[in-house]
Formats: sequence, structure tokens, C-alpha cells
Amino acid sequence: MAAPQDRGLSGFYRAIGAAALLGAAAIGYLVVRRPAVSIPANVTVLEADTAGFRGYLLGADSAPLEVTEYADYQCPACQQFTLVQMPSIEERLIRTGRVRWRYRDFPLDQIHPHARLVAHAAACAADQGKYWDMHRRIYRGQPEWSVQRDASGTLRRYARELGLDLAAYDTCMQTAKYAGRIEASKREGERLGVPSTPTFLINGRLYSGMGTVTYDVLKGMLDSLARAGPR
Amino acid sequence: MKYRMAVAALSLAGFFVALYLYLWKLGLVGTMACGTGACEAVQLSPYSQFLGVEVPLIGVLGYLALFLVSLLALQRPGERRWAALLLGLASGALLFTLYLKYVEFFVLRAVCRWCVLSAALVVLIFVAALLDWRRGPDPAPIR
Repeated sequence: MAAPQDRGLSGFYRAIGAAALLGAAAIGYLVVRRPAVSIPANVTVLEADTAGFRGYLLGADSAPLEVTEYADYQCPACQQFTLVQMPSIEERLIRTGRVRWRYRDFPLDQIHPHARLVAHAAACAADQGKYWDMHRRIYRGQPEWSVQRDASGTLRRYARELGLDLAAYDTCMQTAKYAGRIEASKREGERLGVPSTPTFLINGRLYSGMGTVTYDVLKGMLDSLARAGPR
Repeated sequence: MKYRMAVAALSLAGFFVALYLYLWKLGLVGTMACGTGACEAVQLSPYSQFLGVEVPLIGVLGYLALFLVSLLALQRPGERRWAALLLGLASGALLFTLYLKYVEFFVLRAVCRWCVLSAALVVLIFVAALLDWRRGPDPAPIR
């Protein structure tokens, strides 16, 4: 026969086991019921979505050359371009006032399921004046979030790391505030005939692929412009 | 025995509180249920990390250690070293909690209800561990 102490202990273990199960179930419920964030593609684009907005800008208005980049955050070539080519373009051409950069979202939903969500996270960061910080962070983190089933937690962590107001960020994401803007950007690219990402629009001509636009290519264009000069 | 049971039950409760706060930081549980408290301000402050580690994660691991040690100690009621180990862990938890409360009340001047609940659990755990240690070993069974 079991001693009274052993009987008391086994009763305690049963109670602790039940409490652990209950706690795990409560935490599991909180994780599962978390509202999923999704950014719709079949959104009606309103005038207010695009009014005064023609892409995220970097550089001076007076720059002699403007480049519009159509890109998808989940596209590896876009990431390579941003991490490999863009730093020297930014430092030597954009900051020196010679090139003005315009970034447009072109999410390829069929092959990149997170592209629109990620573009939206960047748009919500723009609301708080941190677009380019978020833009670079997202591209740097592409190998991390692109393989996740749900990237929203990682994107929120980036927002936190960048010091964004998380309550405002959450509201922006949950209301899909910029879904129309992203769709308008995509349609603009489609109208222009953007075939893939990244594609660059320079002086009315499209250049597709990450090797087509480099510091040297842009420098060459600027030199041609200078040679043509004011006649 | 009853003090070790109390440590096990309280540390299990603390484990789930810390786990909830850690999952919130990871963005896995949506909006934090905090009432009128300033949980987000506290959880997102620079003090929410200690030596580069998220404070809630330290809580998860600390409570888990207390829970497991208290369960092992229950299996060895006569061994005083388990009482000493429990008291050591609980003292560490108490010191860390005192530091966190100082930061909360005097540096951030913001109160997070979940953190206050965790602090109360740590104080209770410390008291139970101290009583267990003072009680000394169980009497040897009569043969």
C-alpha cells in the first residue's frame, strides 16, 4: 500500500500536470487566435491611394538623371542589387546629387507569397519616416523571412528594432492601409511592360535584370548627358 | 514538502507569464492584454534586454529551472542540499527582480502589470524556498 505522503505527492503531480496543460492550451489559443495580417491584391485603387505619391524617393529633385526601380522584396535578384550595387550608387551618385532614385513596388504574387505583405510593412514604416531603414533591413533579412510560413512576426521585430511606434505599425498593417498604393504601383509597372524584377526605368527605357544597372552604367549615362550638355 | 510544492506551483505560473511576454516580443500573440498599464513601454525599452538577452526569455529559463529543481527536490525530501539549491536559485531571481523593479519604478516610471505579477510570484517563491531551507531535513522514517 502506498504511504500517505506518496499519495499526496501523486495527487500534486496530477494537479501540476493539469495546470501545465491548461497553461499550454491558453498560450496556444493566444498564438492561434492572433489576427492574421494579409494584404489584398484585388483591392480597388482609389485616387487617394496614389495622390501625390509616385514611389519612395531618394536624392535631390535637381539631379540630372532619374531612375525608377520596379522591385519585389522577395526576389533574390532585387536583394542582390540592393545589397551589392545600391550602396555605391547611393554613396557616389545619389548623395552627390547626380541621381534621383524612385522605388516602386512590383510584387510577383504568384512566385513570392510574402512580397505584398513585406512591401506593406515598408509602407507602414514610411508612415513613421523610416522607409529606407526598413527597406534595407527587409532586404538584409530576406533569407530569414522568405522561408517562414508567416513573415509578419519577423517584420514586426524589424519595426521594433528600428524604433517604430508598434501600436501605430500594428494598426497600419491590420487595416492594410497601403494595399491600394501597392496595387497602383504594380499596375503602373504592368502598363509600362515591366517583364521581371528588378527592372529600371531610365529616360523612358526599361532595363531588366540586376546586372543591367550598375554604378558604372549610370556613371556612363551621366557622362553622356554631360557631353551632350546644354547646347 | 509543502514549501517545495508551493515553489513548483508558483514557478509554473511564472513560467507561463514570462512565456506570454516573450511570445509577445516575438510578435506571436498579437496585442498585449495589459489594461491601463504601460506594458509595451516597459517591454520595448532599452532595459527589456539584459546583457543582450531578452528579459522575458531570462524569465522563461529561470522559472523553468526553479520548476524542475523543485520537482527533483520533492523526490528527495530528506536532502538539504536541494533546499539550498532552491534557495540559491530563488535568491538570484529575487535580486534580478529587485533590479527590474528599480528600473521600472525609478528609471522608466512605467508599470507593467505582468511584470508586477511576476515580481510577486518571485517574492512568494523566495519566501517558500527560505522556509523550506530553515525547516531542515525531514525526520528519518521510523523502522
